[in-house]
Parts: sequence; C-alpha cells; structure tokens
Amino acid sequence: MGRWSRQLLTLPPTIYLLIFFAIPTVIMLFASFRFPGDYGGLAPWYSIEDGSYAFDLTWENWQRLFESTIYLELFVKSLGYAVITTAICLLLGYPLALMVSRSEKKRRDLLLLLIILPFWSNFLVRIYAWMIIFSPTGALTMAVNSLLDLFGIAPVSLMYSPTAVIVCMVYVHLPFMVLPLYANLEKHDPALLDAASDLGASGWQRFWRVTWPLSLPGVYAGSILVFIPVLGMFAIPDLLGGTNAIMIGNVIKQQFIESRDWPFGSVLSIMLTIATIALVWLGTRSGHRVKHG
Amino acid sequence: MLEIRGISKKFGDFEALKGVDLHIGAGEFFTLLGPSGCGKTTLLRMIAGFEAPDSGEILLEGKDMVGTPPEQRPVHTVFQNYALFPHMTVAQNIAFPLQMARVQADEIDARVQQALDNVHLPDKAGAYPAALSGGQRQRIAIARALVKRPRLLLLDEPLSALDAKMREQMQIELINLQKEVGITFIYVTHDQGEALALSHRIAVMNQGKIAQLDQPAQLYNHPNSRFVADFIGQCNLLEATVTDSDRHHADLELHHIGPVRVSLAPAVTVTKGQRCLLTLRPEKIRIARNLHALVDETHFCGKIHDTLYLGDVTVYKVELAQGILLEALLANSGNHASERFAVGDSVEVAWNSSAGHLIAEP
Ligand SMILES: Nc1ncnc2c1ncn2[C@@H]1O[C@H](COP(=O)(O)OP(=O)(O)O)[C@@H](O)[C@H]1O
Ligand SMILES: [Mg+2]
Repeated sequence: MGRWSRQLLTLPPTIYLLIFFAIPTVIMLFASFRFPGDYGGLAPWYSIEDGSYAFDLTWENWQRLFESTIYLELFVKSLGYAVITTAICLLLGYPLALMVSRSEKKRRDLLLLLIILPFWSNFLVRIYAWMIIFSPTGALTMAVNSLLDLFGIAPVSLMYSPTAVIVCMVYVHLPFMVLPLYANLEKHDPALLDAASDLGASGWQRFWRVTWPLSLPGVYAGSILVFIPVLGMFAIPDLLGGTNAIMIGNVIKQQFIESRDWPFGSVLSIMLTIATIALVWLGTRSGHRVKHG
Repeated sequence: MLEIRGISKKFGDFEALKGVDLHIGAGEFFTLLGPSGCGKTTLLRMIAGFEAPDSGEILLEGKDMVGTPPEQRPVHTVFQNYALFPHMTVAQNIAFPLQMARVQADEIDARVQQALDNVHLPDKAGAYPAALSGGQRQRIAIARALVKRPRLLLLDEPLSALDAKMREQMQIELINLQKEVGITFIYVTHDQGEALALSHRIAVMNQGKIAQLDQPAQLYNHPNSRFVADFIGQCNLLEATVTDSDRHHADLELHHIGPVRVSLAPAVTVTKGQRCLLTLRPEKIRIARNLHALVDETHFCGKIHDTLYLGDVTVYKVELAQGILLEALLANSGNHASERFAVGDSVEVAWNSSAGHLIAEP
C-alpha cells in the first residue's frame, strides 16, 4: 500500500476524533479562560475601548479550582464511587458472564437477550423505577425497616443515600461489564481447562491459573466501560442521592444550568477529562504489564 | 497395568462404546486405531477421567478409577491441539503439573530443564507457545505431560496437525522417547500407517467395539474381518466358497475367477461349502506378461484396467473377470523397466498359497 492510500485510510477516524473530541476540548479550554455572561453563557472575550482592542480573559476560574480542597475532595469522592461501582459490577458480572459462556448454545442467546433487555427502556424511566423501589413507603424500605426493628435498630431511609446511588449505578452499568467479559470468556478453548485438570489442577486452581489470567483483557475492557461513565455520572446521584451523594458530574451540571457559570463548568469538565484519560492510561499500562509477565 | 472391562457409553440414543474390554501391559506402546467417530477419543477421555462410563470398570494397577476426577489420576494426556496455556511461557507450562503437585521450586526448575532436554528444546524455556512451530508445540505438550512421570500417557491424534515430513520425524522421536522413559503409552490415531509404525499392539475399533487386537504384523497379515483387512493397508478382497479343506490348507472356488489353494493360519478353520473372503495384499502378487508359475503358486490371466504411477511403486488394477479387479504393486526399482504395462495389456498374475489370508465370513 502506498503512503497516500495508507493516510487516506486513517482519514475518517482522524476527522471523527477532530470533530467530536479535539474541537470541543479546545472550545472548552478557551471557555475556561473567559468570564461568565450576565444571564448565563459566556461574556465576549474582547472589548473595544477607545478604539483599541482589549482581551477579556482571566485565570480566575482556574484559581478558584485550587483555592479550596472542596473540588479535589469531590473528585476523590467521585473516584471512590466509580471504583466501588466498577468493583461490584465485576464481582456480579464475572460469574454471570462465566455462567452464560458455559451454558448451552441454545440458552446462551436467550440469556444474552435478558442481559441487554433493560436497554430497551429509557434510562430515566429505569432510574424512576428505582425511586419507587427505594421510596420510604416502598415495599423494600418497609421490609428492611421491619427487619431492623426486630433487632431494635432505628429505621433507615434508603432513598437519597450513597447506597441507593451505587445500587442504581451498578444496575445500569452491569451489562457494560458482562458483555465484554462474555465476549472474552466465550472464546476460551475448553481443552485448556481439560488440560489443567488432567495435569492436577483443582477447580479453584483451574480458575485462578487459567480462566482468570486469560480473561484479563475482558475484565479490563468491561471495567473501563463501567468506570468512565460512572465517574462523570450526574443523573443517578441527582435523582437518587439528593444532597447526600454528590458527584463531580452533579457539580458540573450545576455550573452550566443552575449557577450559569459556564467558564468554571468548563474548568471542572476539563479536569474530569484529564483525570479520566490519566486513569485509563495508568490502567492500560498495568494491564499491559500483567499480560506480558 | 490398565484393565478395561465391559465399558459402555451412550450419548443420548447414540451408543459411542458398546462393551469394550482391554488389557494393557506396563511399558507398552498401545494404539487405538479406527475411523473417525468410532469412539477412540471417548474411550481415551474415560481413561483420563473426563467422561464416566455408563457401565464397566477401569482398573489402573488394580484400583478402580471410575469416580476419581482427572486431577487425581496418575494419567496425563497430550491433547490433539496441544492445549498449551497461551499466557504462560514454555517453562511455566511444563512447571504447571509440578506446581499443582507442590514440588519445591528449585526442584521444579531442574525438572523443567531436564524435560526440555528430553524433547531437544533446551533453549525454548522463555518462549510463549504462540512463538513456536507446530512440531515444537507438540514436543512441549509431550514434555509437559511427562514431567510428573505419570503411570500412563494418553495421546489423542498428537501428530495429525503436522505436515508429512514432520510427522515421520516425530514418530521416530516418540518411539525413542517411549523406550527411554518406559512409561505406558496409549496412542489414538485414525492413520493405520502411523499405528503400524509406532505400536507394540493395536486395537482396531469400529462403531464403538474392538474389531481386532493384535501386533502390527499380525493385524496386517491376518486380519479377522473384512473391516480390518480393508482399513489396514490396501487389500484385495475376493469372495470364495470352500470346496475342500484340511487342517493346513483349503481349496477354494473364487467366484467368477476359478479354483485356488491357500494355506490356513492356525486360528482359521473352515468347512466345506462355507462362503469366505480371500484377502490378498497387492505387494504379494506377482505380475508379468508371461509368468512361469512356481510351485505352490496359483496364476490367472487378466487385462490391465488402470495404472497408477506413485513414484516408488506403480499400482496396476488387473481385471480377472467381468467387474472383478485385482490390485498388484510393482516396485519401480529399475529392474522392471521392461515390464511396464499399459491399459488393455494382457498380463498374468500369480501368488503363493501362503500369501492369501482367509476370513470366514458369516
Ligand atoms: N459429548 C458428546 N455428546 C454427544 N455425542 C458425542 C459426545 N462425544 C462424542 N460423541 C459422539 O460419539 C462418537 C464417537 O466420538 P469420538 O470418541 O470423538 O470418536 P473418534 O475419536 O473415534 O473420532 C461420535 O459420533 C461423536 O459424535
Ligand atoms: Mg477423536
């Protein structure tokens, strides 16, 4: 293949990345140095006074980020939510994916269909469903509280708690963990497990020495697909967490919609993007090391 | 050392094994030979412990193995596609069974190196299986299966993925290796040539049963059924009726061809009037334009129907009577240059009375 045709091939993805990633990022970066508009939006970035141009740009927004530790704490907290959600998804999703991949061919398609079935209804509708489940008069809360009552523990509210947020985030993102894991596990050669058991490995040893290491690319892919959207999540903590479980996504949304401070919202957005890229990069490196000894 | 008694196995309605009995001695190179689907792998997987028989016993050195999981049997397998662990290096693959047996780390290193030396790949310890050739993977799979010194090594068509040259070389290595380590080998193949070359004894299987169990030369020269005669090597099968017989000889009337006298193998008895099959290996038939029949030879006239030049030999199909073809071989050693025949040539064929083997067909 000639040099030109090779470059032609990489053109579509390049254009795609440019339009949907690079340009928006540059716009955000630019916005983060501007002043907020009086009624939301952005103030003009230059003014003409006495016939000469003046730039109206500022470091203020970035200074504000580092003035207090509150935003750092928010990032760390969001990271915590993302890690916990990803870990629970992995814990629940791995056995599920393993079970599906080892079930009969005929049943497999049905099970996969059931796993992606929730996607057929709207995301918000599913969150509202959880609001009903967690509501103080809901069956779940009543059951939990009557159980706690037996042990003399004061009733709790499930709604507007970190627990509710995590449960719902796990529920929403579980398929993103299960599908890449399944795609990986399904490709494993069953003869490898026969060989392991033939050579003296018990059930657990077969899992830890053969299945698990071979599934790491799937674990990694699934974890990224859960981790990234959860890190920036705002809808679920908004609706199920109230003021008790605020994540960085909520604050960004707040800046753009309620506080009408687009420049500071941009600062936080850029930080979220940087944090995500950095974490995924770190993950790739350690994932690479695991794979190659 | 391994005794198999009355093993049967059904998959749904399909009977994969129908009452198999085997007795395999210590240090033997034993082969299960049969066409695809005859149940060889199923039997091997039962010995390894991956399948349970519906009925019957598997005794390893007197102990019943049925119900013992594979990881607790002193039996290791070389799988058809090697089943090397792709995420482990060659050394880690070979160390695996030793680690499972909790052998000490420094002893593991020594034994892994020894195992690599045994299969002539001493410097491949750090390579990953993906970086090896087919023959090398094969050797590593064998090294891994032998490193823990099993009582019994099972090999399921281990050479089928290799090209012809490599296969021949590996056959020789396998024979030598088995002699060296002295471990009992049970070898599965559908390739009769491979079975004849490698084995001390061969069990020919057909449709879940053992058709014949014997030493290679015995199987080749004295097949006990049409199936075995046909499956092992090339064979002419001529239908005949017994006209007279004593303990050592039988006179036959070959249908549509004529009378012939054959000597009988000790195990074969026939009675007058019985229908039977005369098996004749192509290389035992003499073919020429004008034969001077020797004592104890029968000869017939025919026409060349087909010739097949194979390089080292030429196969001639001789039509003895309408629709009855006899295959004969002529080595292309140069001495017979004058005896090349073309299709349609008239020729004579002859064979010694001890060349044919009689199968009493029911
Ligand atoms: N797990 C199984 N389920 C159903 N049928 C099977 C199974 N294993 C083997 N068979 C059938 O049993 C027969 C014998 O198989 P196998 O032992 O693999 O034959 P071979 O190794 O001699 O080619 C085949 O017809 C195969 O389809
Ligand atoms: Mg097989």
